[in-house]
Amino acid sequence: MKKNWWKILGVVLVIYTITGGLLLNVPRLNILNETIRNLYFHVPMWFGMVILLTISMTYGIKYLRKGDIKYDERSVEFAKIGTVFNVMGLISGAIWANYTWGEPWSGDAKQNAAAICLLIYFAYFVLRNSLEDEQQRGRVSAIYNVFAYAAMIPLLFILPRLSPDSLHPGNGGNPGFNFYDIDSKLRIIFYPAIIGWTLIGMWLASLQIRMRAIKRTLEDN
Amino acid sequence: MKRLLIIFSLFLSLQVFAQEGGFTVTEESYTDMDVEMADTMRSNGKIYVVVGVVVLILGGLIGYAISIDRKLTRIEREVFKEKP
Repeated sequence: MKKNWWKILGVVLVIYTITGGLLLNVPRLNILNETIRNLYFHVPMWFGMVILLTISMTYGIKYLRKGDIKYDERSVEFAKIGTVFNVMGLISGAIWANYTWGEPWSGDAKQNAAAICLLIYFAYFVLRNSLEDEQQRGRVSAIYNVFAYAAMIPLLFILPRLSPDSLHPGNGGNPGFNFYDIDSKLRIIFYPAIIGWTLIGMWLASLQIRMRAIKRTLEDN
Repeated sequence: MKRLLIIFSLFLSLQVFAQEGGFTVTEESYTDMDVEMADTMRSNGKIYVVVGVVVLILGGLIGYAISIDRKLTRIEREVFKEKP
């Protein structure tokens, strides 16, 4: 039970996000209307993805330093759940965009960057699966992981802000709300939502990691 | 020395400007009745039904994840105990 507190915390925070996120007051804004509540569900996918991919990269570096295969397993499972979050974020973003920006894909700078980021991580899995040798696979994919992460940060956080006509809030002169002065009433759900969804992602990744560890032990014996 | 120079040069970055200003949410935004929201849904209370359904589904999925977690713990106990 002691080791499981963070899973319980994640579940509680996500349930809080859903109930509070659907019921509490939100600012009444034109165009956005009730879809502003997507802030609690769409945006945490991206924040969670960045956190999970950061963990993935950290384990990649750890593998390079220590050479223990368990770090490689952790790295790849965190990259997987991060990619799941990425896909969720892209699809939920497309649904949201359909009703607020008029079309699911408007070639917005951030949309494109997120899609490129997804492709970079797809390439990571293809690269991994193309290598037979365990150590070689671990090393090459850990190095690629670091580069993928280094490419993701400017793609998601710098380039869209430089684009003159990005539709995402904080990225252009659009009628959204600005994240830097995002309302404090939204924050009391938004921040727990990020933590909650991230913890759920970490839990799912941990299930896979434990499964891999069992499989490895059985194979070694 | 070389390393220090490299670290120092990391702090020298090009000046870039993101868009300024943007939209701010004010207290009035909460009471702006001209903007359509799901008021009917809330006034007759039926939004709670939706929240209930969503929480139920999430609860079911999480319950399933918990059962996988427990099963894994059992298997772990078996496998790692056998290890010499």
